[in-house]
Amino acid sequence: MRCSIPPWPALLVCSASVWAAGDYVAVPGGRFESALPQGPVSSISTPVAIAPFQLRAEPVTNAEFLAFVRSHSDWQRGRTPALFADARYLLDWKAPLQPGAADAAPVVNVSWFAARAFCESEGARLPTWLEWEYAAAADETRQDARRDPRWRQRILSWYARPGNTPLAAVGGAANRFGVQDLHGLVWEWVDDFNALFIAGDSRTQGDPDLLKFCGAGAISVIDRDSYAVLMRIALLSSLAAADSTGNLGFRCARSVDGDLP
Amino acid sequence: MSRFQMSRRQSLQWLGLAFATSAMATELPGDSVYQLRVPLTDQHGRPFDWASLRGQPVLASMFYSSCDKVCPMIFETLHLTLKALPARERAPVKVLMISFDPTRDTVPVLQRTAQAHACDERWTLARTDEASTRKIAAALGVQYRRLSNGEFNHSSTLLMLDLQGRIAAHSGSLGSVDAALLKALHHV
Repeated sequence: MRCSIPPWPALLVCSASVWAAGDYVAVPGGRFESALPQGPVSSISTPVAIAPFQLRAEPVTNAEFLAFVRSHSDWQRGRTPALFADARYLLDWKAPLQPGAADAAPVVNVSWFAARAFCESEGARLPTWLEWEYAAAADETRQDARRDPRWRQRILSWYARPGNTPLAAVGGAANRFGVQDLHGLVWEWVDDFNALFIAGDSRTQGDPDLLKFCGAGAISVIDRDSYAVLMRIALLSSLAAADSTGNLGFRCARSVDGDLP
Repeated sequence: MSRFQMSRRQSLQWLGLAFATSAMATELPGDSVYQLRVPLTDQHGRPFDWASLRGQPVLASMFYSSCDKVCPMIFETLHLTLKALPARERAPVKVLMISFDPTRDTVPVLQRTAQAHACDERWTLARTDEASTRKIAAALGVQYRRLSNGEFNHSSTLLMLDLQGRIAAHSGSLGSVDAALLKALHHV
């Protein structure tokens, strides 16, 4: 077992190959500047405190989701009410108990409700957007690599890849937090996917559409250069909770105090 | 009271019970929002199951009490919508308002909010836990986020739920009556 001691004490980060799926890594808290404004003034960045949390090292795989639907038959394809999963739910599976791709590939075509139910079944929840964005800002050595143009380019090159190639198995390189595959494999649900609504510059003050949103009105994006993050936000904010798509999977998180959000 | 009247009343009660049981036994449609089981509490502190609204047309929306901008307009627009209905159509309509803010919208706060917006017994102002709030918003297609100052951003969505709890119409327009909601209520 190859492990290394990172700068923060008492947290062991092990290399990708030794993590069994379903393992959680401890992500230390910190101050974080999100690409989405967090304060009442939507054009001004408000750094927020991220509480320490635990995050699944890898996305949930087909094999893990199969075990879940075996023990929770309500979530098998064809048995789930339309409110919770659309007609594409697990559509790539050969049969309700037979994944269509490799066991170790990330499960996709799962709705938000289904992803949430899986996480609840292991005493966890989906990560919040802020937790996901915070964990995904790290590269192998830095906690926040977002300002590095080379890192940005690496992520963007994944988005440029054709979408019709079969998904690889989970188990990519671990980032500084010990989390794998945040970029480069699948899109991922977050708990508050329906909190990310964004609007273009036209929908600002004085626009009649302002009434559609209460409070600070339409949300703009602080860091317009973070294309990769913007694409995530745009995708997630366009989804409904029952939607399933062929490149959208998930991983689970746990609060350190054990509370569910 | 004669024996005959007693037994007649009893048999009516039994009939009513049998009817209610058979209605409940009918399977809930898969796209009914009542598929979601969430522990709700109303403005009187009474726990309730929103599936108990089944069989009645429901106008639904989400809000938070400390909101002073758009939320009062949501209440106002729902009042306008009710007024625009003929009395016969208005009679069975229930209004369900669910809070984004379970931390601050305690039962006494919900009660005060109901009074402030002239909500009679037709209205239910409800709260639940954070996780269930997120699930309800997901089921209703409402977007919301808590800001660092404790306020909320949210979409202002008014929904009409049919007798089975399916979303029959939704509207994002405030301040006037949306024809789509009225039409859906006409067709109940």
